[in-house]
Amino acid sequence: MLSNTGNLLIAASTLSTLLIIHSTYRSLKSKDYSITKNLVYLNLFQITFIISSFFLLILSFVVSDFSLLSVYQNSHTSKPIFYKISGVWGNHEGSLLLWVNIMIIFSYLFFTLNRDTEKKFRLYTLLIQNILIAGFMVFLLLDSNPFAKIIPIPNEGLGLNPILQDPALAIHPPLLYVGFVGSSIYFSAAIGAILSNINGKNFASSVKFWVLISWLFQSLGIIVGSIWAYYELGWGGFWFWDPVENASLIPWFCMTALLHSVLVLEKRNYLYNWVLILSLITFISSVTGTFLVRSGILNSVHTFASDPSRGLYILIFLTLMIIFSLVIFLKKRFNDKFFVQPVSKETFILTNNWFMMFYLATVFIGTVYPIFTQVLYDVKISVGPPFYNAVIGPIIIPFLIIMALGPKISWIKHNFKSFKGIIIILILSSLINFLIFYFFKSYNLISNLIIISSLFLIISSFKDFFNTDVKKNYINIPNLIYHLGFGTLILFIILNHNFSEEFDFNIKVGETKKIENVEIKFLNLNLEKRENYDALVGNFDIFDNKRNFKKRLNPEIRVYDKPETLTFETAINTNLKHDLYLTMSNLEGSDFFNVKYQIKPFMLLIWFAAFLTASGGLLRLFLRR
Amino acid sequence: MVRCFFNSKWWLAKVIFEKMKISLSKIILLTSIIFIVVTFFLALNKDTKYNTKDLVGKEIGEFEIKFLLKDEIFTKNNLIGNEYYLINIWASWCFPCKIEHPLLMRLSNLNNIKLIGINYKDKKLNANNFLKKLGNPYDILLEDKSGTNSVIFSVFGVPESILINDKKMIIKKFIGPINEADYQFIKGKINEK
Repeated sequence: MLSNTGNLLIAASTLSTLLIIHSTYRSLKSKDYSITKNLVYLNLFQITFIISSFFLLILSFVVSDFSLLSVYQNSHTSKPIFYKISGVWGNHEGSLLLWVNIMIIFSYLFFTLNRDTEKKFRLYTLLIQNILIAGFMVFLLLDSNPFAKIIPIPNEGLGLNPILQDPALAIHPPLLYVGFVGSSIYFSAAIGAILSNINGKNFASSVKFWVLISWLFQSLGIIVGSIWAYYELGWGGFWFWDPVENASLIPWFCMTALLHSVLVLEKRNYLYNWVLILSLITFISSVTGTFLVRSGILNSVHTFASDPSRGLYILIFLTLMIIFSLVIFLKKRFNDKFFVQPVSKETFILTNNWFMMFYLATVFIGTVYPIFTQVLYDVKISVGPPFYNAVIGPIIIPFLIIMALGPKISWIKHNFKSFKGIIIILILSSLINFLIFYFFKSYNLISNLIIISSLFLIISSFKDFFNTDVKKNYINIPNLIYHLGFGTLILFIILNHNFSEEFDFNIKVGETKKIENVEIKFLNLNLEKRENYDALVGNFDIFDNKRNFKKRLNPEIRVYDKPETLTFETAINTNLKHDLYLTMSNLEGSDFFNVKYQIKPFMLLIWFAAFLTASGGLLRLFLRR
Repeated sequence: MVRCFFNSKWWLAKVIFEKMKISLSKIILLTSIIFIVVTFFLALNKDTKYNTKDLVGKEIGEFEIKFLLKDEIFTKNNLIGNEYYLINIWASWCFPCKIEHPLLMRLSNLNNIKLIGINYKDKKLNANNFLKKLGNPYDILLEDKSGTNSVIFSVFGVPESILINDKKMIIKKFIGPINEADYQFIKGKINEK
């Protein structure tokens, strides 16, 4: 029953998409560029149908309607309601429906909110966006229908992968999706701008808001994902340079670059072509990332049922998208002549873009390199953190310095009155770095330089914060918050990297281990029955003689039965100074447990700094003129 | 004359390019996109699961690895004599290594086989204690502190062992700890000779 209604809704939505394409095309061809009432209604129908189909899918997960294949494969009656709902996007079909939903919502909002811009531009954007939507609709209907039926109807579902039954991971996909699927709207707008020959300034101001929204959600999605990885995967790190993480990071680099260069376009009407290219590659890289992780080419936690035919469809779609956008861009691009002064805000923003493109290229090459070696030489390799740390690490240093100077440079031409302030801040940050180095622990040259430059960024942001006349140019405050947040983030990541400690050993119940200044006592092991799993809870007492504390930590081994899986839950004791991080795993055929105990400094501050960076985006949304 | 011919040919190409408004940068862009897409397409049908089948029968790669306890370097050319070698990658922090250790001790008592131990991403002190406590089965003990040298042997975890014959050919690769059946297999292989 629900299945038929769902199919009907998706079909209706597809039909309205096609009708929108038809009607915008007619309007564009007749050159009257009128936005008819019909078109407005069609948009309304399209969004209503697709949103109701999504809610219908949620409903069928909530009531556990196992006549739907995707419900049967990803849900179970005994699951808490929260995870029944998050199961909707915890699989390929449901997440694709979410994908289409976001594209349509963005299309609708862009169409209705941009009343003041040229009609021709609005129509072209709507046309392109709906062609994209139609492409994904076909994919949804042919190959990944979330409302596919199963006969006979099973009594019970297979259950959601326990690793996905987690609050952070329940909200991670929607956040990230709003980010990178949302970027489709400025892909369409860019092509729309080329075709309708709209002025650069108008394009920038109509697109700016959407770039900011997608950037904000992309950042939040990445942060939530890495928090999850930190406490759930039990490895102790929060960034693994895994292909999936890279796939979310590449569009983020584009968005960050775009966030900056769109300002130049709006203020000075420069860099039009460059902004267009960035708008195009943001969505292209999002789809490429989706292709890489969904097709099963790269192994990752996000590889749902890996199916080459799906990969093939996305690849064909991607290729067409790239070729068409490239042909349109190269044929009709604008004549973009400009001259910028070497010391001006324009130059600094351009520098940001160069850095972003460098990071993008590095991460892209690191991610696809294994695919190339495998196809070309039949050699399996993996590119890991050493590569990224070595390539990206040193380049962070000038980036941070320029980031510190950027916000206070004026447009067009800047005259440095004196370098006194800069030099004082530089000396101050070197001094702080020296104190950390001298009193706590020594670390290598690159770390030294990164710490100095991040301190430089933090201190100059603070100084600017108190120096700016808040009333006169309030628009700068979000800028400072982004930059301050980013500086603190890098500082704490580097400190964390250099000051982390790790102890790895095997231990029996009742035993006490003493390593260096740490004494770990394994008191006992309890079996507890919980709502949808059983938990083996270990009691560990930690005595630290150097830092002088005594803490109780309770790691767990969870036994899920639907589907049958073991997960290892980390015990984390958080305070401002450091996280104590303990994982325990059983060793088959022995009484011993493998225990990994880590002291990770400043974890809380890393999350805080990351959210601070993202909140710059939030603040800017509210402080818009 | 020849030069003139080439010149004329280039001239023709130039005309074609100009007529069709194709610039070199566009061609480069297009070829790189096609290249990437084609590779992705080919990768779709590749098996990404790890298997050791391809390794068997191949000669072992060149390597230069430092000894754990002395400042000398062991290379592929040092593999001499009519003997079989078992390259074992281990670490003191790895629990399965403890499980396979008694079997390695038994292997070390056999003739015709030499054991090469590569200590993987470990602390020297811990490695030493491990061997002192449990015994040292290795004839040659090497150190791979960064984990980069083991890449030559396509190692992706510990423990792993590679059996090579007197012609430096890989006979078998064992992923995970060696068990009784593997022990019998190795024993059978070296007695064939």
